[in-house]
Amino acid sequence: MSDHAYVPEIATTRDGVEHEVQGWQGDFYGGKLGFWLFMLTEVLMFGAMFMVLTYYFTLHHADYIEASAGLNRVLGGFNTVVLLISALTMGLGLLKMRSGDIKGAKLMIWATIFFAFLFLGVKAIEWSLEYQHGVFLGLDALQSGNAHSKPFGQILFFGMYFTMTGLHGFHIIIGIGLMLWLLKRINAGLVTPEHHILHWNIALYWDLVHLIWVFVFPYFYMIGADAGGYHIPDIGSLFGGHSNEH
Amino acid sequence: MSKSYFDETHCAIGHPKTKVMQWLLTIDHKRIGIMYAAVMFTFFFIAIATAMAMRIELFAPGAQIMDGDTFNQAFTLHGVIMVFLFIIPGIPAVFGNIVMPLMIGAKDVSFPRLNWFTFWLYILGCLIALSSLWTGNGFADTGWTFYAPYSLNTDTNVITTLVAAFVLGMASILTGLNFLVTIHRLRAPGMDFFKMPLFVWGIYATAWIQLLATPVVGITLILAILEKYFGIGIFDPAKGGDPVLFEHLFWIYSHPAVYLMILPAFGIMSEIIPVFSRREIFGYRTIALSSASIAGIGYLVWGHHLFTSGMSDIAKTIFSFLTFFVAIPTGIKFYDWIATMYKGKVILKTPMLWALGTIVTFAIGGLTGVTIAMVGADIHLQDTYYSVAHFHYAILGGVVFLFFAGLHYWFPVVTGRMYNETTAKVAFWLNFVGINLLWFPMFIAGYYGMPRRYFDYLPEFEIYHQISGIGAIVILAGLVLMFWNFLSSWNKGELSGTNPWEGTTLEWHLPTSPPPLENHTKVPYVDFNPYEYHHGEPVVKFDYETMKRID
Repeated sequence: MSDHAYVPEIATTRDGVEHEVQGWQGDFYGGKLGFWLFMLTEVLMFGAMFMVLTYYFTLHHADYIEASAGLNRVLGGFNTVVLLISALTMGLGLLKMRSGDIKGAKLMIWATIFFAFLFLGVKAIEWSLEYQHGVFLGLDALQSGNAHSKPFGQILFFGMYFTMTGLHGFHIIIGIGLMLWLLKRINAGLVTPEHHILHWNIALYWDLVHLIWVFVFPYFYMIGADAGGYHIPDIGSLFGGHSNEH
Repeated sequence: MSKSYFDETHCAIGHPKTKVMQWLLTIDHKRIGIMYAAVMFTFFFIAIATAMAMRIELFAPGAQIMDGDTFNQAFTLHGVIMVFLFIIPGIPAVFGNIVMPLMIGAKDVSFPRLNWFTFWLYILGCLIALSSLWTGNGFADTGWTFYAPYSLNTDTNVITTLVAAFVLGMASILTGLNFLVTIHRLRAPGMDFFKMPLFVWGIYATAWIQLLATPVVGITLILAILEKYFGIGIFDPAKGGDPVLFEHLFWIYSHPAVYLMILPAFGIMSEIIPVFSRREIFGYRTIALSSASIAGIGYLVWGHHLFTSGMSDIAKTIFSFLTFFVAIPTGIKFYDWIATMYKGKVILKTPMLWALGTIVTFAIGGLTGVTIAMVGADIHLQDTYYSVAHFHYAILGGVVFLFFAGLHYWFPVVTGRMYNETTAKVAFWLNFVGINLLWFPMFIAGYYGMPRRYFDYLPEFEIYHQISGIGAIVILAGLVLMFWNFLSSWNKGELSGTNPWEGTTLEWHLPTSPPPLENHTKVPYVDFNPYEYHHGEPVVKFDYETMKRID
């Protein structure tokens, strides 16, 4: 089936006035509308999680702040910058595609993929550090009724932290897959400056992924920034050094 | 003989030669709708078999054929299949796919390949749900609502069922998305929103609910899965979590989902009533807008499931009043339908019989819903057979009855043939008598305190259960007769012609019956209202070669 050879039909009124019929083939605005609607479902999914987060914040205010203070703001902040830059490269790639510079567009997509991997790498380091500090799903600190148990509010905070950053990371991984697929379609000549809805929608997806992060970051990392729990990132301990007791 | 969509198709991948592959890979909305129907009704009968087993168990006090644990799994299986596999995809997946694009004069839905993918996502969800019957520690025994904290503690195979529900939810979202874009983009020139047939309005309102409510239950199910696997704590009281939060999140979706079931069914009703009264529908705009407002209000009423969970009195009162509000647009629709029939030329063919029967059964189902929306009454009736009877009257006597009405009404469009009218009428009366025998006694039993989901009961409830049991047999006979009629008529029925009912909407103006691959010969220009009758005759006539009006 060739989408590009599609010629729209004409419907004629009784007075002979002709109207072009919108077909499903090559419907750029339909494609955009569909993807915006899909993004709306993502917003609702994360929205429900933010609601859960907020509900427990009202119940366990102090615990949340203390738990948040223990997060690594340097790595988290670094990742925020990485994601924002990746959003820039993604947007530039789309601009280049629309202006006909396919080579430049591909370069920008590769750059976005690089930043996506950088984000995941930093995230992996962050989670590993937390694991070393005994804070991870399934470890004693986040179970109830033992000597290492954290208070309720902190268990809930970290439960949501790993859930939401995990699901966000999952979206990053999906995004990398989408971008690789996009590159394949560009190389096959199926995404062109005249027919770039796929590129457009993947850029939209990527914007949503960083938009969610822009809300995740302050909610988890910044609410405890004043509480004094700040510590220097202890990357050395990940590679066998001493862990930084605080 | 011209070719129909049974003879040729477009496929998602390549150009397969064999018939089987052409069906499995088809992107034709009509074929996909038929495949949905085949799978869904297979599951429908599996769920009925489970229900019959429960009815046999309940025919007398004490254990008859199963123990209590098996009974728990039986009602869970019945609920999961009926809700997630049958009634939620339901009318949109079948008639939304088959009829909606025909009604708006489109060649297909906006994203035909996504539609194909969605169908297989649905099949995947079904397979995952079924697999949990034989894997792990047996099928879930939580009821279809998976309430925390029990669903987190039971060692039956809840996780698989949760995953299945999530996958089916994804399929539902993608169907809704596809239909929304289709209705916005692919209407024939001239057809503005208030020239759309009312079934399309029903599908449109439903699609918004599918899109906006399903993600919430999706993430709730994921959180429950994470809770069970990793113990994130948010529904676990031992870690400070709140199990009632699960119930809230669950019903934020699942109550709008009730309207997601009924709105397309109301759409079918709004098609059948004017056609079989040969009269323009009364209050077109009020019906269209009441669909939209039911969809809107439906979001704000979920709390009425939780009146006994320790919610504040203020919240209870607000939720109770908001629930009453749903009855207003619903009542408007009912009056509009009855006013349409007034002084019309009512023709009692089978689709109309089903529609009229539904006015009775859904009125009972709907009004008993208003009684349990009252906080005081609900405290007494919560989790009794009263609520079981209420939602079966509303869902079986509303949604499924209208689904059946639609099956009869559009049978000629789909197959090109006519079912046997006499058999169909007998089947209707069996169903209509059956539903009342089966569920009306439950209102009384529930009022006297018979709790739902119990496999045993006190002797004084025996008479109600036995009448119900007889009703179940009657309704089963009716269902078997009806589906036998469909299957045999599909092969041997009389040819129906393109417009056997003298309908006015575009699915009755196709060049052949069954329709060709890309539907109408040409896309018509729509400068008429959907139900224009003059002295009992359709006003708008087309030349089916050029799709120009010739009236």
